[in-house]
Amino acid sequence: MDFSTDVQASVLAVLPEILMTILAVALLALDVVWPDARKRDLGYVAGVGLLAVIGVMLVLAPPPGEVSDQLLLGGMIRHDQLAQIFRAMVILGGALSCLVTMGVPRLQHRGDFYAVLIVAVVGASLMSAAADLIMAFIALEMTSITLYLLVGYLRGDVRSSEAGLKYFLFGAFTSALTLYGLSLLYGFTGETNIYRLGGVLGRSDLPDGAVAVSLALVAVGFAFKISAVPFHFWTPDVYEGAPTPITTLLSTASKAGSVALLMRFFLAVFPPAGLLGALEGVKDYSALWVQLVAVLSVVSMTLGNVLALVQTNIKRLLAYSTIAHAGYILIGVAAISTDKSAEGAAAVTFYMFMYVLTNALAFGVVILFANATGSEQIADFAGLSRRSPWLALAMTLALLSLAGIPPAAGFVGKFLLFRAAVDANMVWLALVGIINVIIGLYYYLIVVKVMYMERGPEDGRPVRVDTPYVWALGIAAAGVLLFGTIMVSPLVDWATEAARALYILL
Amino acid sequence: MVPLWMYLLVAAGLFSIGMYGVLARRNAIAILMSIELMLNAANINLVAFWRYNQPAQVGGQVFAAFVFVVAAAEVAVGLALIINIYRQRRSVVADDVDLLKW
Repeated sequence: MDFSTDVQASVLAVLPEILMTILAVALLALDVVWPDARKRDLGYVAGVGLLAVIGVMLVLAPPPGEVSDQLLLGGMIRHDQLAQIFRAMVILGGALSCLVTMGVPRLQHRGDFYAVLIVAVVGASLMSAAADLIMAFIALEMTSITLYLLVGYLRGDVRSSEAGLKYFLFGAFTSALTLYGLSLLYGFTGETNIYRLGGVLGRSDLPDGAVAVSLALVAVGFAFKISAVPFHFWTPDVYEGAPTPITTLLSTASKAGSVALLMRFFLAVFPPAGLLGALEGVKDYSALWVQLVAVLSVVSMTLGNVLALVQTNIKRLLAYSTIAHAGYILIGVAAISTDKSAEGAAAVTFYMFMYVLTNALAFGVVILFANATGSEQIADFAGLSRRSPWLALAMTLALLSLAGIPPAAGFVGKFLLFRAAVDANMVWLALVGIINVIIGLYYYLIVVKVMYMERGPEDGRPVRVDTPYVWALGIAAAGVLLFGTIMVSPLVDWATEAARALYILL
Repeated sequence: MVPLWMYLLVAAGLFSIGMYGVLARRNAIAILMSIELMLNAANINLVAFWRYNQPAQVGGQVFAAFVFVVAAAEVAVGLALIINIYRQRRSVVADDVDLLKW
């Protein structure tokens, strides 16, 4: 199997990344050229620019039809539907994060902030398409290093600096573990391309222990990025301390890119024997990671939900909720090895798409509220339904989606995940998930109760909603509502098509 | 010629020392240095595997070169974050950084 050397196809495969890099450089230039009074518009350039990149990507750069043409750029990138849908959600998450930055006093005039944010999105977008150990590592680090900077961006702010340092120490440590695991995998097989590596690994006569060690080391890095227990310690602190637009980016783009890489990596490097053409003597290591992922899933869901019950700060509540959601997503990932119809991977893809929109919506409301009142305490949301009925409605929609109640998209997402687990003979995993959804209902609905039932001290003074927020919240809310009702089947179809691409190992 | 397993042993040793340092040291700079040890252990692995198993292909060498770049970027960002913390608190001990808590 040789890699395609078609230059034009290779450029098309990384067209979104090229465009985003140009956008980042352009923002730095505009930051110098524009007078201070105009600099607030930098957010529009970044946000609308990223939305335009999604459009260009979907229209001009569809993946090649032949699977053999999809490994491009010397095998670094696999340009398939899975990469395409995850790139769309990663860039969407970045665009919404840019738009919701535009009202934050200390960030909205900073061209460099938007530029670094876009570089983080480029990294996450490369993660969705990476097909080589080298590209996977660089893409992971590209998102991580820029996010360390962005989390600690508010230099005078004690909490932001502290969050930045914690995120950095945790992230650098886990990425070193991952790199060691990758170096072992390279050593065992002599290949860096994950699709070739899987075949060589299955036919080698390595001791199971050696493969298990390298798998566990690599899994640490992924668990850190999607904030699964036991590598979640950074999540609440960083979510609370980081500037809220960056919290939005962490829980959308960075998480989505990591989930895509996680699925692609595990399925290609440790494939179930059936996928390798069922040759005699092919070893099947997939049971190792399926068990690992199932265990991580159970502890993440349970710990995340239980600890969320006692939170009083809305950003910390959403941080524990994100840990729980990492657990739900891992249910689907555990199901991908056993099912042939690609149901599990499709469920994960759909879930991630709706999660990006939902979290952008929730954090958008949190930013507006914090700007108006200076508070992130749940108790201070009291009476929001009277002060700003639309904002309270948007927040309610986001919370319903996270809790998994129709008509929000979260319901469909959870339904698909649990169905995939049942079809993959993991009924117990689906049951643990359902119990956790019930626990989750409690703390999501508490916030809704506080907004609607309790009287706030400042009744009548509405929270000011600027134009960029109207757009960002509008896009996110429309997405959550439409993908939960009339637009379910188009997105599920796209996700299923993307998921099928995952199972074609060349 | 020195056999491959000796290189791997050195790498594993460095990796373990680094991991011990990360878990046991309290000074943020020392933790950063320990992380660098771990990255270099992976680099020794990569270059040794490349030299002994695949000298004709450049994959492992290229990987190691990229790791250098990433490690340098990581140190630059990490030191900036640590200096920032030091200016605020006059301390780089990780345990003192405890404002955010559950």
